[in-house]
This record gives sequence, structure tokens and C-alpha cells, in this order.
Amino acid sequence: MNGRGGKLLLPVLAVLFGFALGALVLVVTGKSPLGMFEAMLQGVTGYNVETRAFNARHVGEFIAQTLPIILTGLSVGFAFRTGLFNIGAEGQLMAGSTAATAVALWVPAPPGLHVCLVLLAAMAAGGLWGAVPGYLKARFNVHEVVVAIMMNYIALFLNNWAVVELFHSGDRVRTATFPASAMLKSHALSALTSGSRLNWGFVPVLLSLFVYWFIIERTTFGFSLRAVGFNQDGARYAGMKVKRNTIASMVIAGAFAGLAGAVITVGIFSFGRALPAAEGYGFDGIAVALVGGNGALGICFSGLLFGMLKAAQLLMQTQGIPKEIASIIQGSILLFVAMKYGIDYVGRKLRPAKAWEDGS
Amino acid sequence: MDYVIEMVEITRTFPGIRANDRVTLQVVPGSIHALLGENGAGKSTLMSVLFGLYQPEAGTIRVRGRDVRIANPNVANRLGIGMVHQHFKLVHCFTVTENIILGLEPRSGLVVDRKLAAARVRELSRRYGLNVDPEARIEDISVGMQQRVEILKMLYRDAEILIFDEPTAVLTPQEIHELMGILRKLAGEGKTVLLITHKLKEIKEVADTCTVLRRGRLVGTVAVAATSEARMAEMMVGREVNFHVQKGEARPGEVVLRVEQLDVRNPKGLLGLKQLSLEVRAGEILGICGIDGNGQTELINAITGMAPAERGRILFKGRDLAGCDVKRRTGLGLGHIPEDRHRHGLILDFRLDENLVIHGYDRPPFSHAGILAAGPIRSNAERLIAEFDVRCGQGAATPARSMSGGNQQKAILAREIDQSPDLLVIAQPTRGLDVGAIEFIHQRIIAERDKGRAILLVSLELDEILDVSDRIAVLCGGELAGVVAAAATDANELGAMMSGALRRVPA
Repeated sequence: MNGRGGKLLLPVLAVLFGFALGALVLVVTGKSPLGMFEAMLQGVTGYNVETRAFNARHVGEFIAQTLPIILTGLSVGFAFRTGLFNIGAEGQLMAGSTAATAVALWVPAPPGLHVCLVLLAAMAAGGLWGAVPGYLKARFNVHEVVVAIMMNYIALFLNNWAVVELFHSGDRVRTATFPASAMLKSHALSALTSGSRLNWGFVPVLLSLFVYWFIIERTTFGFSLRAVGFNQDGARYAGMKVKRNTIASMVIAGAFAGLAGAVITVGIFSFGRALPAAEGYGFDGIAVALVGGNGALGICFSGLLFGMLKAAQLLMQTQGIPKEIASIIQGSILLFVAMKYGIDYVGRKLRPAKAWEDGS
Repeated sequence: MDYVIEMVEITRTFPGIRANDRVTLQVVPGSIHALLGENGAGKSTLMSVLFGLYQPEAGTIRVRGRDVRIANPNVANRLGIGMVHQHFKLVHCFTVTENIILGLEPRSGLVVDRKLAAARVRELSRRYGLNVDPEARIEDISVGMQQRVEILKMLYRDAEILIFDEPTAVLTPQEIHELMGILRKLAGEGKTVLLITHKLKEIKEVADTCTVLRRGRLVGTVAVAATSEARMAEMMVGREVNFHVQKGEARPGEVVLRVEQLDVRNPKGLLGLKQLSLEVRAGEILGICGIDGNGQTELINAITGMAPAERGRILFKGRDLAGCDVKRRTGLGLGHIPEDRHRHGLILDFRLDENLVIHGYDRPPFSHAGILAAGPIRSNAERLIAEFDVRCGQGAATPARSMSGGNQQKAILAREIDQSPDLLVIAQPTRGLDVGAIEFIHQRIIAERDKGRAILLVSLELDEILDVSDRIAVLCGGELAGVVAAAATDANELGAMMSGALRRVPA
């Protein structure tokens, strides 16, 4: 009775509640919630209800917005499966961006190979950024959240310094444009979607989703990661390497986030950027992983959901609806999902009969 | 006769199950009334109804002759009914007195009158022989003492009817003995004690009357003095029960495990095990007994590789285990049934089939080149489920968490025995299990002995040690107090050795 159906029901309810709350806020402030839903429909399908026009650009933008948060969702989810809270996806992403910029600008390579090198370098840098909290956790039992937050700042300022000092940004904001061989950008895909920023980034994202599922569900390594995540003492009793798994899990989580950095830098943009503050992809990843229940398919769908909210923001503004409403919906979905654990808990408390059902 | 409590034809159902089916319970004031039944027989439900935690669907409750409706535990408290739960409800960083007065603080003006409270606690403690220090912090006192604090909490609230839910499950033999004295004293002072248990010996020792439940139904109420343990067991299980484990002579072979002058530190950094030497031969069961915390855990951890040895050697089949990790030792043929099923024995959120390959998942046939083979993992589970009679609702895919304690233990036993280890280290194999499961597990352990395995059995239950072991090693203060043949000793001698009064170490 608590199988697949129950697992699915709660996130779906949370999403519905979230939208209902967003609509309620609009009604209370004297705006029509219909406009919000129209904006979302347009954001996903490109169909404008009022003008009855179709614009493929919206679809492309929606997918482009979704790609990085699916990856940061995978990053956070992977660590969750090992019982770790990777709040450092933001910094790992930033480290990945910096590495991608370096390889794109400095390493000459033929088309095809170049972009692969860019992606690999970003994953390596993200993995390295994840390894630090992982190692400190395993070796000295320092809480990974504290270290990862610090690492987020280091990554941000290191990136900004590198853009100016290493990559010689003329305007202190962006580097020179990357050579075409280093980029995921595609004129064909862009043209297909009426000039959106859609790019080849969906290929590494789909691969990542598969790799995530495969490692977690099908490999002995994933088996031991899950064991450690559920019950460290039990895993130790069974002879599993808890410390090694802690580090490995953070490295892999960091690699997913690092890849997100590359997908943004050489997919959406075509130059390295210095940023005044983190852009919040890492925090979106936490929401995506939580709503998606830390499974590959769930993360894919919740990534699409949050991507839709992001994509709908601009469209809402054109409808005269404050774009902050999207953040309210996002926040309340997360709140309801967090309450899911409370609901589960209450449900368990109310079901003492279970002991009899399975009694010997 | 007037009853202090009458529960008549109580029925309470949960989805898919009748936990109590027209159960009647009548309790004489000032008596100790035991409620006997296997796990899931409905004892706790009945008492939860009396304590106001559940509402019955049918039936009436009378307290001191008056019909009452006990809507919640506050009503129960007002009626003078108190309950000591199996898991204590204490604030660990508070003192004994603070815990007892919580919610009922005596005040002088705006502040809590601690002095008055402490004096009252001291007085109650003295009157019932509880011997509790009112100023001690909960986190610093033993489990047995914590239980007494729970008793004091009830007494402080002037409870007349005291419900104990499996009070001995968490206690050492010594503490059990003392608790029995306290129960008698409470009854002597006019309190009525309701004792939920599935341990017949305790009922025989203290109870006046015993009501037996089976599968939610009342089997009968008997006077304890006029009823044998065997009869009560039969009522509880519904068939005759073998108390005495059937086993033939041991035929010990060569030494499989030799422990030499072993020192092991405990988590506090002190020597929990000092200069311990012992050996276990193939085809024999060496029982380790001692009061809880006298070096058993340190010994198990050192042998199985969960904790390093400070000094000394552990030889397994003649090979020094120093530097071998847990996995290596498992591979060499060392099986371990851990003391704490939930913390160590199982990954509760894993399915049963995953739990059954927790040692072998990274080797063929369960995986090839790092990729799990779902087919063999499932068929392995199906084979062990059948062979060990593990009852699980959804077969191999059953979440371990949803299984009963007895079946969880059978699953662990199946997993460890199935590796055909040369040495089985077994800790507290029957803790919290009911008679039927205990019988099964004891028989399997002896069957393994007869196949020529060496078995090290660690248990706090003296009866288990005496019944199952061939030889018994007694630990006291982390040292060996002696090794005796099980057939040539008894609980008295073991008790004396456990408490340090007697040493029987061969020169």
C-alpha cells in the first residue's frame, strides 16, 4: 500500500498545492490567476492562448533553462542517497564553469574533441570541489554542509579573479568569445526553435540521467552507496568502506554540478563570466532533488517543473503578473514536499496495526 | 469480589486486523496481574485502550466499579492509572527530580520549588525501596535506574494502577531481579500492577494472576500458583512447547578460534577487555555470559574486526587476524549475527533480497564486473526464505523494516549460516523474540554445531546460555572469571562468577 503509488502521490499533491497557493496569492492581490497559467502553458508549449500564435522559441528556452537544474538536482540527489547533504552544488558548478572557460580558451583541439575536453574538465573541477568536503567529512568528521558553503564562496571569487587576471577580461565582466569548436551551441537547434538558446547540452544531460540511474540501481558501487546512506553502522558491519564511499559520493555529486557549469558556460553563453553573486542553480538543485525523490526519473520531471517556472517568469511579466509569483510557487512546493516527511511520519504513527499484519 | 479494573468484551480493530476481539480482563486490587501473549497477541493494544491511547469499538471499562470512558492518557492519570512504556519517555539532560515533576511542578510564587520536589521524590524512593538519587542526570544513570524514574513518575502522580509494558526487555539479569522485588513491594503497599510480558519465568516469580491472549482473543485467566509454566506456554502458543532445547553430545574437533591475552579498548578509551584468553573448537558452542557491559561487546568487536585489539592475538584457523578488515574476515569464513539487529544486522530500508546479499553483493553470482545481477539476487532470497521459513508479505521484495523481529532475525541467521562459515559469532540471538521464534533459532544454532561449525554465543539470558552452550566462559569486569562445562554448572554458580564473587580460571 506504500509502494510506487504512495511515493508518487505526495510530490504530485505538493505541486498542486503549490500552484493553488500561487493562484490564491494572485486572486488576493486582485490579479487573474488565469494569466499565470497561460504564461506557463506558453512557456512550455509555445502556444499563446490570447493571440493563438505558436512560437517555438519558448519551447527551446524552456528546455535550455531546465538542463542545468536537472544536473544540479542529480548532484544533490546523488549525495542524498549516501546520506550527505551537498549544499555545495553551487560552488562545484562555479568551479566547473571556470575550468570549462580555461579549456575553451587555452586548449587548442579539433572540433568535437574540444567540447568533450571542456565538459570533462568541468566535471573534474566540480569533482575536486566536491572532494574537499567529502574528504574532510570522512577523515575528520567535519560537517559537509559547513565546508561546502565555504567552498561556494571560494569558487565564486576564484572564478571572478580568474576571469579578470587569468583570462584577461577587457571589461572585467566577461572573457573573450570561445572558439566554435569549444561550444555546445548549435545554429541548427537555435534556428529550429526560432532563435532560442537551445543547444546540444541536452545530450550530456540525458547521458547523466542514465549514468545516475545506472550507478545507483545497477552497480555494486551504488548498492554500497545506498547502504551507507540508509545505515552507516549496518554498512560498516557488512564490511563496506564507509569513508571511501563518502568521498566517492561527493566527487561524483561534484562532477554532475561541474557539468552543469559547462552546460551553462559553453551552451547558453559563449564566454566566461565574472558574477557579483551566485546564480542559485545549486539551490534550485536541492529543490529539484527533494521534489524528485532522489531518483533519476523523478529528478528529470521535477527539473522540468522548475524549469517551466523559470521559463514562465518573463512571460508572466508581460502579462502584468509579478514574476516573483513563480518563486512563491517554487517555495511553497518545496514547503509542501518538506511537509511530506511530516505527513509520512504522522501516517506511520497512525498505523500501529502494521505490527500485527506482519507479526510472526 | 470487587475488581479495581474491569474491561468487558473489548474490541479494537486496525485496518485488516482485529487486535482485540471481545477480550475481558478483571483485575483484583493490590494484585500483580500478568498479561501474557506472543508478539502481536494484542496485549499492548489492550493496555493502550486502558491507558486511553486507543478507543475501543465495543466493550465497557469499569474502574473501581464505575463505568468510565478513557478518552486520553490525562483521563487515565486522573483515574489513577499510570504506564511505564517499553521506551522510556525521559528528558536526558534533566535531573531525576526535574523529569518526575515535569508538567506538575510544585511552585512557590513564580519559581519551581525544587527543594520540596526533591524531598518528595526522596521520600517516595525510600518508601518503595527504589534507591534513586533525585539529583542525578538521566544521561548518567543506568537503564534500570531510568526505569525506576518512570515508576517514580507514576507514584508522584498518585497512580494506584501501574501498567508495565515488557519492563524486563531492557534490563540485565541483576536489574530484573531487583525489579521483581520492587513490583512485590508496590503490590504490598496496595498498588495494583499490570505486567505485560511474554516471559513465563517472570510471571511465575511475581504474578498472582495471569491472563493469556492469543491472536487478539482471550484464551483464559489462571491463578499463577496453580498453573505450570508449560501449561501457560501452551495457552500462549496454542500447542505444546519444548522448553528444553534438544541436543546431543558435542563432538569437539580442532581449535577454530584462539584468543590470546587480548586487550581491547571501549569507546571511552578504557580497557573493556583485559588479558582475555579462550578457544572455541569445531563442533562446540562456547557460551559467553556476564552482566551487560562486562566486555562482551569489546570481545565481539575485536573478533569480527569492528574494533582493533590493543594487545594480544586472535587466531582463526591458525591465522592471525591482525590487520584483516571485516570483509576479509567474512571471506575467511567468519559469520556474525550482531547484537543489534536494526543498527548492524540489517539495512532496514533495503528490501529483503538486498539484505541477504549484503556480504556477497560484490562477487559472482550476485554481480559481474561491478554490475548487480538481479536474477541470482532474487533467487538467492527465495531459496533462503523457503529454507528458513522467513515470513514476509511481499517475498524477496519485502522491505526489511516491515518484517517482524522474529523474521528479521531469521533472515540474518539465514544470511550468515548460508555462507557456511567455520566460526559463527552470535550475540543476543533471541532478544525480544517470542517462544516460537526462540525455539526455531536455538534449533538452527545447534544444527550448525552438529555440522562441525565452531560457535561463540554471547547472551545476557542465563537460561539461553545454560541450555544452548556446551562450555561457558564467564566475563566479569572485562576479565575471564572462569570457564565451566554447561552440564556441570547452574545459574547460581554462574551468577557468583558474573558478580566477581567466584573465580574458576584454570592455572
